[in-house]
Amino acid sequence: MEKEQFYYDNKIVKMFLWATILWGVVGMTVGLIVALLFVFPGLLEFAGSENAISWLSFGRLRPLHTNAVIFAFVGNGIFLGAYYSTQRLLKARMFSDVLSRIHFWGWQAIIVSAAITLPLGFTSTKEYAELEWPIDLAVVFVWVIFGINLIGTLLKRRQRHIYVAIWFYIATLVTIAVLYIFNNLELPVTGFKSYSVYSGVQDALVQWWYGHNAVAFFLTTPILGLMYYFVPKVANRPVYSYRLSIVHFWSLIFIYIWAGPHHLLYTALPEWAQNLGTVFSVMLIFPSWGGMINGLLTLRGAWDKVRENPVLKFFVVAITGYGMATFEGPMLSFKNLNAIGHYTDWIVAHVHIGALAWNGFMISGIVYWLATKLWKTELWSKKLANTHFWLGTLGILFYAIPLYVAGFTQAFLWKQFNPDGTLVYGNFLETVTQILPMYAMRAIGGSLYLTGFVLLAINVIKTSKIGSAVEDELAEAAPLKKIGSQRFAGEGIHTWLERRTILFTILTTVAILIGGLVEIVPLILVKSNVTTIESVKPYSPLELEGRDIYIREGCNNCHSQMIRPFRSEVERYGEYSKAGEYVYDFPFLWGSRRTGPDLHRVGGKYNDNWHFNHMFDPRSTSPGSIMPRYSWLLKNDLNASDLEKKMTALVSLGVPYSDEDISGAKAKLLAQANNVVTNLKQDPEFVKNYGENNMQNKEIVALIAYLQRLGTDIKANTNTALK
Amino acid sequence: MEVIYITIGVSVIVAIFFFIVFIMSVKSGQYDDTYTPSVRMLFDDELVTSQKKETNNKSK
Repeated sequence: MEKEQFYYDNKIVKMFLWATILWGVVGMTVGLIVALLFVFPGLLEFAGSENAISWLSFGRLRPLHTNAVIFAFVGNGIFLGAYYSTQRLLKARMFSDVLSRIHFWGWQAIIVSAAITLPLGFTSTKEYAELEWPIDLAVVFVWVIFGINLIGTLLKRRQRHIYVAIWFYIATLVTIAVLYIFNNLELPVTGFKSYSVYSGVQDALVQWWYGHNAVAFFLTTPILGLMYYFVPKVANRPVYSYRLSIVHFWSLIFIYIWAGPHHLLYTALPEWAQNLGTVFSVMLIFPSWGGMINGLLTLRGAWDKVRENPVLKFFVVAITGYGMATFEGPMLSFKNLNAIGHYTDWIVAHVHIGALAWNGFMISGIVYWLATKLWKTELWSKKLANTHFWLGTLGILFYAIPLYVAGFTQAFLWKQFNPDGTLVYGNFLETVTQILPMYAMRAIGGSLYLTGFVLLAINVIKTSKIGSAVEDELAEAAPLKKIGSQRFAGEGIHTWLERRTILFTILTTVAILIGGLVEIVPLILVKSNVTTIESVKPYSPLELEGRDIYIREGCNNCHSQMIRPFRSEVERYGEYSKAGEYVYDFPFLWGSRRTGPDLHRVGGKYNDNWHFNHMFDPRSTSPGSIMPRYSWLLKNDLNASDLEKKMTALVSLGVPYSDEDISGAKAKLLAQANNVVTNLKQDPEFVKNYGENNMQNKEIVALIAYLQRLGTDIKANTNTALK
Repeated sequence: MEVIYITIGVSVIVAIFFFIVFIMSVKSGQYDDTYTPSVRMLFDDELVTSQKKETNNKSK
C-alpha cells in the first residue's frame, strides 16, 4: 500500500488552546464579579454611590458572563478539540489553513465586539442570543467558514469510516446554524438596535426552542464528540461500546430538538406545546444516560489510571456532572417540579453543574492533555493539575449546593400562606434576604473554581516553556506529522459519489432552510401579530422608549414579566398573564429568573415618585434590596431621535401605529413626559432636588412611563367586566 | 401561535435531514463494523517518533 505524506495543522489547535484559556479566565472572572454583586450591590460603584457606572451594572454584565463562558470559553474549547481530533480521525489536514485562520480570528473578533457592545447596552435581550444584528451576521459568517472547513476536511479524508465524534461535530454545525438564524431574525432599526420579528408568546417559544438547543447542540453534542475522542485516547483503550455510541448519537439528536418548551411550563404558551416539551424532555434521559454510562465504562478496568492521571480525574467528574445534569433536566421538565424550580436558583445551580463540571472539567482535561501533545513534553506540574482538580471539584460543590438550598427555600417562601389566606412573605424582599448567605457561599465556590482554572493557565504556560526549550520551536508550531494514505477500502467512483451526495445534501438543506423559510417567516408572523384582547393597545412613544431602556439595562435578567396561574402568584402579583397581553412585545421580556419580583402587573402598583427614588437608590424605598442603582437614568437625556424609525419598523411587524401616530410621536412623547414630571412634583423633596433640572427630558421619565403601563391594559378590561 | 408551524416545521426538516443522512450512512456501510473504529482511533499515525513513548504499539 502506497503511503501519502501530509501534515497536521497543530498551530491552529495551539491558537484555540490559548484562546480557550484566556476567555475561560475572563468569563469566569466576570461570573465571579456578578456573583459578588448579589452580596455587595455597591461593589462596582467606583465613582461614588450617586454616580453608578452604567456599563458595570448587573443587568449588562450578566449577559457578558453567559456569552463569555458559553461562546468564548466553551466555544474555543470545542474548536480546540475539534480541530485536533478531526484531523487525526479523518487522517487529513484541515481543508484550508486560510479558512482555519479566518475562523479563529473571526471568532475572537466576535467575542471582543460582544465584550464591548454588551456592557454598552446593545442587546436584543434574548438569552444567549443577546448580540445585536451586525454581530449576529458576523457569527453566521464565521460559522459558515467553520462549516466549509469541516465539510471540506470530510471530503478529503483518508479514513473512510467517520468516527462517532465527527458525527457529533456535524450535528452541532448544522443544528446551531439553523437555530441561530431563526432565533435571531430581527428587523434592524439603527446600527445597533433591532426588533425581533416575533412578538410575545411567539418570540418566547422561538427563543427557548433556540435556548434549549444552544444547551443541546453547543454545550452538549460537541462536548460528547470530544468525550468520545479524548476519553478513549487518554485512557488508551477503546470506548466501552462503539455500537452504543452510535445509538446514543442518533437517538440524542432526534429527541433533543423538541424539548425547548419545558422552559415555558405554566406560562401563556398553549398547554399542548408545553406537554410536547415535557414528553420529549423525559425521553431525553435515555440517550443522555446511555452516553454517560458509555463514557464512564470506557474506564472499566482502568481505574488505576484514574488515580494517577489528573486528566482522567477531570473526565470522570465531567461525565458524572453530565449524568447529574441530564437526570435533573428531565425531572425539572415535570410540571410539578418545574412549578417549584422555575424562576429560582435551582435552575442556576442546574446550569452550573453542566457548565462547571461537564463543560469546564471536560475542557480542562483536554487542555492539559493537549498541552503535553502539542509541546511534546510531560506536564510542567502534575501536582498543580491535581490541586486544580480538587479546587475545581470543591468549587462545584460550594457553588451548586448553596444554590439548591436557596432555590428550594425561596420557592417555598413564595408559596407560604397564613391561615387567613394571606401570604406569609408578602414582601418579596424578605424571600431575598433569607438566601443572601447562600449567595455568599456561591461566590466562594466560584472563587475556588476560578482559582483552579488560573492554576491551569500557569501550568500550561510553564509546560509550553519547557516544551519549546526541548524542541525546535518552528517545528513545534506546525509539527510535521506524517501518515500513510490508506485509500478507503471501498475505492472507486461509487463511494466517491456517495460521499459527495451526503455533502450535497448538507449544503442544499442548509441553503433551502435559510433561503426559503426566512422569506416565509415574516409573512406568517405579521398576520398573527394582531390584537387578541380588545383592550390591549400598542405602547405610547414614551413607553416605547422606556421599554428600550428596560431592554438596554437588562432588567429582564432579574425580573420576570410572566405571572403563572398559581394562587400564590396571583395573590402576590395580580391576575395571571395572558398570551394576548404580549402581542406588541418585540421582543418578549418574560425573563427566566426572579432575583427581584415579577413586574408584569407593576403598573399602578406604586406612584411615580416611588419608582423615581427606587431607581436612584433601591435601598431608600426597599431597605436591604440588592438591586443596582440606576442613577445615570436621572442624568442622561432621553435620545428619542430614532423614535419614528422605531415606530415605522414596528408597523412593518404588525403594530397598528397610524401615520398620524408616527408624525405626532415626538409631541405625544413630550406631553406624556410632562405628565410624569407633574406627578413627580407632588413630592416636595423632588421639587427641592430636581425641580429645576428639566426632568421631562431624562431617561428615568420614559422608564417610569413604561413601568406604570405594564399589565394595566387588561386591568381596565377586568374592572369594567366586574362592574 | 403561528410560529409553532415554523419551529415544528424547521425541527421536522432538520430531523428528516438527519434521517436521510442516517439511512445513507447505514447503506454505505458506516456501521457494518461496530468494533474496529473504536480501536483504530487509538493508534497515532504521527511519524515524528524521536521522543515518542506513549504509543507502545500493541499488536493484536
